[in-house]
Amino acid sequence: MRDRLSAVAAWGAAGMVLAAFAWLIGDVLWRGLPGLSWQFLVSAPADAGRAGGIASILLATVWILAIAIGTALPLGLATAVWLAEFGHRQPRLQGHVNHALDVLAGVPSIVFGLFGNAFFAVTLGLGFSILSGGLTLACMALPILVRVTGAGLQAVPAELRQGAAACGLTQWTTLSRLLLPAALPALLAGTLLGIGRALAETAALIFTSGYVDRYPGSVFDSARALSVHIYDLAMNVPGGERNGYASALVLVALILCINLATHALARGWQRSMS
Amino acid sequence: MSTPGRSSPPDGDAALRAVTGLAARLSGTVVVGIALFVLWQAWPALQAVGPLRFVTDAGWHPLAQPAQFNLLPMLVASVAVTLGAMLLAGPLGLFTAIFMTDYAPPALARLLRGVVELLAGVPSVVYGLWGLVTLVPLLAAWQPPGASLLAGILVLALMILPTMVLASHAAIAGVAAEHRLTVAALGFSCAGSLWGVLLPAARAGLCGALLLSTTRALGETMAMLMVTGNVARMPDSLFAPARTLTANIALELAYAMDRHRAALFVGGLLLTALVLALVRLARGLGCAWRHA
Amino acid sequence: MGSDAVSGGRRARPVIAMLLPLLLAGCGDGGKAATGKLMLTGSSTVAPLALEIAKRYEADHPGVRIDVQTGGSSRGITDARSGVADIGMVSRALKPDESDLVAHAIAHDGIAIIVHASNPVTELSADQIRAIYRGQIATWQAVGGPKRPITVVNKAEGRSTLELFLQHFGLANTQIHASVVIGDNEQGIKTVAGNPGAIGYVSVGAAEYAATHEVAIRLLPLDGIPASTVTVKDGRFPLSRPLNLVTRGQPQGLAGDFIAYARSAAVHDRVRSLYFVPLD
Repeated sequence: MRDRLSAVAAWGAAGMVLAAFAWLIGDVLWRGLPGLSWQFLVSAPADAGRAGGIASILLATVWILAIAIGTALPLGLATAVWLAEFGHRQPRLQGHVNHALDVLAGVPSIVFGLFGNAFFAVTLGLGFSILSGGLTLACMALPILVRVTGAGLQAVPAELRQGAAACGLTQWTTLSRLLLPAALPALLAGTLLGIGRALAETAALIFTSGYVDRYPGSVFDSARALSVHIYDLAMNVPGGERNGYASALVLVALILCINLATHALARGWQRSMS
Repeated sequence: MSTPGRSSPPDGDAALRAVTGLAARLSGTVVVGIALFVLWQAWPALQAVGPLRFVTDAGWHPLAQPAQFNLLPMLVASVAVTLGAMLLAGPLGLFTAIFMTDYAPPALARLLRGVVELLAGVPSVVYGLWGLVTLVPLLAAWQPPGASLLAGILVLALMILPTMVLASHAAIAGVAAEHRLTVAALGFSCAGSLWGVLLPAARAGLCGALLLSTTRALGETMAMLMVTGNVARMPDSLFAPARTLTANIALELAYAMDRHRAALFVGGLLLTALVLALVRLARGLGCAWRHA
Repeated sequence: MGSDAVSGGRRARPVIAMLLPLLLAGCGDGGKAATGKLMLTGSSTVAPLALEIAKRYEADHPGVRIDVQTGGSSRGITDARSGVADIGMVSRALKPDESDLVAHAIAHDGIAIIVHASNPVTELSADQIRAIYRGQIATWQAVGGPKRPITVVNKAEGRSTLELFLQHFGLANTQIHASVVIGDNEQGIKTVAGNPGAIGYVSVGAAEYAATHEVAIRLLPLDGIPASTVTVKDGRFPLSRPLNLVTRGQPQGLAGDFIAYARSAAVHDRVRSLYFVPLD
């Protein structure tokens, strides 16, 4: 009886998840496909986004992501290395850093937006700019990068480290020759996850990188990210739906590519570990 | 692992340790810096208005004469949509995860996992757009105005479902395989082993999954702004409109100046405090906190 | 870009010091050497129009960059005063206490009351609108419509559309009993189009665009005068407003040239394509 009930609940839940997925994605596909074309991807928005495409938006998104990952990656990697290789010598500090990263991972994106607007845009005087937006996203992506990279470092078999230590290798050599190559796929996977999260972000960017929908000339220019563009077309531009949904479709497709790449990496990683 | 003997402490290692140690301290400081900075920005409002008025004023009218700053209805709305969404997405996510580990044929489980991962990456604006254009009109035909706590709960449940599924799947799949073998050897029924052995064993991971989803739900901004109606009044039913703390900031920050702006930072401070409390709770309960 | 000039003298310290000169140099470039850069901030109603005009102006004047940021009319006033922005965007006439600024109208717009297209009510008096927004009339039946509750759509705090609406009907925002609060125009249009019992108010231009593009909304006349860009243009529509660019003192140089361009006939097609009303 309980067997039957559990089975029904499990199949039912899975069915509902698939149905919800079909409804949501079907909706975006149905409304977004008519507006999608090669021309849409390579031309700049015109007429407040109602006409034209999203080329400048895509470029701006890449710039913002590059700043975010370029800042968060070195910091995240170094933090993960310290937590995994040195942290046990200072357990109190290790505990504090872990706790702080857990809280950081839970901070709502709109609070990052508040902080980014007040700190990067106003206090540091960067204004609405790619730099303000990218640095704000870097703070957001940091915990993901540290965690996923850390998991990769910890997954390196203990025999490997002991062997390295027994051979008298320095920690630097062990790290650069053994641990990092072994953890590289995890590092890439963490980076991709961070990009995925940053790509979907709206609330933190509206108040930091702003609305300007042109081709950015430098990192001090304001620029509009893809998710902000979708929001603006949906909420502020009459007749913006067609291009809004088409942009949403592009964003979902990008996320799908990132997921597939992450999986391919994870598979390669498992193979190299065994 | 300690360097055996420390015969010749190599310079490279010391530098490596110093640099990564610095990075770790910096990473740990980010959240403290954010909290302090938000507090600093909120200070003028806290000082001029007084903390008490943020829960006792007649309403939220920061530009009226005299201004009113009650954040309580929004706090209630934030907690209500979060709880409602967790009530829906919690069991649904758990059962989907169980389906993936124990019932689904491997191909179907893989497909489902791919679907859920894609859903996890879909930006909140897209969920919000779907809610605004498709869900709210349906609700409006039944119980106007449609834009309501219920709309928020439904959209939010859908949004955190993927997080819930992935995190609880990781927790259940993480329970050692030998557990399952033992259970099978002892001749438990399938559901018996599930409820009696596997789920208790995955308890720490599951409670982490729940709390992670809760912080996501609490922090959701754009989708809530698009579907809950944004009326800053204490909601008196599921069909009543409500404004979450997050939507309040997104709706007014661009237009706010001086004390109004500082009052919005008080809302941000409140959100940060809620997340801190949740993480503390998770630690206290011994939850395994998983990301990704 | 220029970072060499700043950091050239000193030897840069590692890590953090590497970044600083870059940032400082960049800020310096943007702030002082104002070689053809304009900053516009303010009203989200004016912003899309200003952006389109700016794009065309940039195309004619290579080397000029014009940044447009939205944030409401009051921000436009504040930023123009403080000099954060070269030009503020304000979607209303200036108030008496804002006489330190100079307003330059670039177009006209009105605020239209909108209802769902299926709503049989064709006209509401000012008193009825007041009563509806105060929550004293709660069903359409009371104003000659079907037996259906009224969903009152109001604007969020800080928008000048809200300010003008309240001022016109002599209401205070604390009196209003809203069922939905919206941010920007299109959210209001989507909300009304999705709810047969809704009433809201948005920019005439945006509403007219939606109503003529198969969106299920209808514009109600005000004081017997139909709400349209035509009645706004001939000055008959009572709830109308100028869309202004404001400056501290008479604009000089690039700002002056841009404002003259924005007021010229060369941009009338842009103004019309965004459903605003061009200057005569």
